[in-house]
Amino acid sequence: MQFMLLFSRQGKLRLQKWYVPLSDKEKKKITRELVQTVLARKPKMCSFLEWRDLKIVYKRYASLYFCCAIEDQDNELITLEIIHRYVELLDKYFGSVCELDIIFNFEKAYFILDEFLLGGEVQETSKKNVLKAIEQADLLQESQNEEWGGLSEDIL
Amino acid sequence: MVVPSLKLQDLIEEIRGAKTQAQEREVIQKECAHIRASFRDGDPVHRHRQLAKLLYVHMLGYPAHFGQMECLKLIASSRFTDKRVGYLGAMLLLDERHDAHLLITNSIKNDLSQGIQPVQGLALCTLSTMGSAEMCRDLAPEVEKLLLQPSPYVRKKAILTAVHMIRKVPELSSVFLPPCAQLLHERHHGILLGTITLITELCERSPAALRHFRKVVPQLVHILRTLVTMGYSTEHSISGVSDPFLQVQILRLLRILGRNHEESSETMNDLLAQVATNTDTSRNAGNAVLFETVLTIMDIRSAAGLRVLAVNILGRFLLNSDRNIRYVALTSLLRLVQSDHSAVQRHRPTVVECLRETDASLSRRALELSLALVNSSNVRAMMQELQAFLESCPPDLRADCASGILLAAERFAPTKRWHIDTILHVLTTAGTHVRDDAVANLTQLIGGAQELHAYSVRRLYNALAEDISQQPLVQVAAWCIGEYGDLLLAGNCEEIEPLQVDEEEVLALLEKVLQSHMSLPATRGYALTALMKLSTRLCGDNNRIRQVVSIYGSCLDVELQQRAVEYDTLFRKYDHMRAAILEKMPLVERDGPQADEEAKESKEAAQLSEAAPVPTEPQASQLLDLLDLLDGASGDVQHPPPLDPSPGGALIHLLDLPCVPPPPAPIPDLKVFEREGVQLNLSFIRPPENPALLLITVTATNFSEGDVTHFICQAAVPKSLQLQLQAPSGNTVPARGGLPITQLFRILNPNKAPLRLKLRLTYDHFHQSVQEIFEVNNLPVESWQ
Repeated sequence: MQFMLLFSRQGKLRLQKWYVPLSDKEKKKITRELVQTVLARKPKMCSFLEWRDLKIVYKRYASLYFCCAIEDQDNELITLEIIHRYVELLDKYFGSVCELDIIFNFEKAYFILDEFLLGGEVQETSKKNVLKAIEQADLLQESQNEEWGGLSEDIL
Repeated sequence: MVVPSLKLQDLIEEIRGAKTQAQEREVIQKECAHIRASFRDGDPVHRHRQLAKLLYVHMLGYPAHFGQMECLKLIASSRFTDKRVGYLGAMLLLDERHDAHLLITNSIKNDLSQGIQPVQGLALCTLSTMGSAEMCRDLAPEVEKLLLQPSPYVRKKAILTAVHMIRKVPELSSVFLPPCAQLLHERHHGILLGTITLITELCERSPAALRHFRKVVPQLVHILRTLVTMGYSTEHSISGVSDPFLQVQILRLLRILGRNHEESSETMNDLLAQVATNTDTSRNAGNAVLFETVLTIMDIRSAAGLRVLAVNILGRFLLNSDRNIRYVALTSLLRLVQSDHSAVQRHRPTVVECLRETDASLSRRALELSLALVNSSNVRAMMQELQAFLESCPPDLRADCASGILLAAERFAPTKRWHIDTILHVLTTAGTHVRDDAVANLTQLIGGAQELHAYSVRRLYNALAEDISQQPLVQVAAWCIGEYGDLLLAGNCEEIEPLQVDEEEVLALLEKVLQSHMSLPATRGYALTALMKLSTRLCGDNNRIRQVVSIYGSCLDVELQQRAVEYDTLFRKYDHMRAAILEKMPLVERDGPQADEEAKESKEAAQLSEAAPVPTEPQASQLLDLLDLLDGASGDVQHPPPLDPSPGGALIHLLDLPCVPPPPAPIPDLKVFEREGVQLNLSFIRPPENPALLLITVTATNFSEGDVTHFICQAAVPKSLQLQLQAPSGNTVPARGGLPITQLFRILNPNKAPLRLKLRLTYDHFHQSVQEIFEVNNLPVESWQ
């Protein structure tokens, strides 16, 4: 996978994970154009489109578009499963996830993604293991903060 | 008293509360000022919070570069909270373009070796996301150590980090190849998946690695078989399919290993058949695995029966209610249509059904596939479907559909009449979308079908009478009426109903075309010439025609004016020659490849020239030759004036006088340019009767997977030579060996100076603008000596 973007129906970016090195300017340009292209699609159209020399796989969940750019030899159908798995993970973590969860806890969304994909490839196929890893990390974070004491419960 | 900084969620709330863009900017600028101050003060306690807020506004599009150093500080901190945000910041704000990125190398090195798994995880994740080549080289030993560490959590990440490292620094393959054999024995799915991804990457990069890993094919087969027969495991299954991610990755590696290798292909044959038949296809997960299986079967040396099975699976996919499945089926069938043509043919009816898809990306694929499936036995039925599609298809597919139909018609036309009818239908339905050479093709076709002259001219006349807006149609019709006007007026033609047309009607129609604001300059040129030709074909007096011709003698359009003046001169001073000059066109011989011929014809038809010379110049030189002709030899009165845009008017033919000595040995062609499947070739002709003249035909071909568009070729020669570029045959070369573009260069070299040629190419390819400027080397000496 080259990159994954999450954006709302109004085109507001909610998450951007880039697995290829590009300048900020290029990223902004790509984001802008791709968001426009995907938002222009009608609801009944298929989830795949060709854009520049990439294959784009996208799926809409409620008010959020999940959009992945994959390479020519990558399997589009399994990419749909990747997107779905990520949504399931978010759902399990946040309990019935909605866009607001991802807005207010964007860093968590990144952490979860980073336990599922690494360098653009799937690293863990067990939902349980991914969630367990996040849990461990969260626990480590909290336990360290308890050591310090005196700080408010809200870390961020 | 320090004001406590805003919590992240509070800031987000505030930003979202802003009613206007300006308000949002204000809130953010204020907060960023606080954050900057906080960074300057060096507050370690809240640093992570400040950076997190900065990352949020960065996502909204605001600058955040001043946070880069803070990422470094946070990563170096011992608190996990800090590291978490710090590494996230590094991944979002730092990349190989910033020198700062190298500064985290040391922190990563420390974190990798300090043994706390979540921390190691963060370090590996960051390294595999934004690690530059230098970082990868530095940290490869650390990552190698982690490959064989006990914890699967760390190992699986280390393996995928290795994949990234190899992508950045291919030489590291030698470091990461040896551990693979052992890793393949692991049971942990994450480790297995990573290992297979790593092996895939190694094999794709090095043929030696590929050969090396062929020996694990039996092991891979075993792993996959176990996976498939293992049964339901809640942890890794999706909709009853065992770990589809792992299955797909294994299948992909098997594809690479089995390609062009009989033995490996045989080893996996049974397994592939098993997966193909047993995978549950009720949900997407199963179909994803099935799809990958099909791709593998088609790419390796599989048994014939298995291939047919695979194509049939794709055929079944075409009938699936899920649009996405239909899409991948169409894409895959398109890839297979060349190699497994008969197997794909069997699904032709279903493919044709897909033309009716509402989703444009599906109907486009269906169109491409349908065109690829046309052959001599199904051409009539297919053309009917395609013509129906042309009438109702979305506008952006019209051009491709039209050219596809015309191309297929040319290859498989059962009869000439059918061919003419088909082209006519395309011109009337989608006239504005056809390519430039369609006009030339049709005139050539009609010219060659003598028995159909009467039929053609009649049909074209009727079509023209109905509608004079579709330019290609009008051009062809005008040409035809000009050439075969006598047949039109003769009135008898068995194939369509007799129609009584009288001269005045015909002239009126042509005049209408001439005067219409919808007519392009080229079209008007055709009409004027047609009128002129009718002066010899019709029986009545030519006053009307003479009038029109003289009126256009003062037309503002230079081309038309030139023609009119010359035709007028023909009437006034050379009337005795008129009949001979305006005789019917001889058929142009198709000696070379079709493309060259059509290129020459359309060059004459096109108006604009890419080069600097004034457009009237070629006309002037042609006029000069015309006068020479009239003064000189008698043997060539058969040739019409070069002003005529019809085929065969090329200057070369005119100069090919019967009394000249046989041409010298041909000069070899030269390939001058190649880039990503796009090639440029030069071929040279030195007409014997004019030793100072060199004619170069530039041909652009395209064997890549992407179309070349907006192709422009410009040239320059040394000052002692004269260069003239004629208009190219077109600006587009379709992918996969589509119709090439040709262009003629005329170079005058009276002093026999050494030929030098500089070319500038600009075109779009794979959605990128390409510009190439280069001097042509190795020009053959025969081209100028």
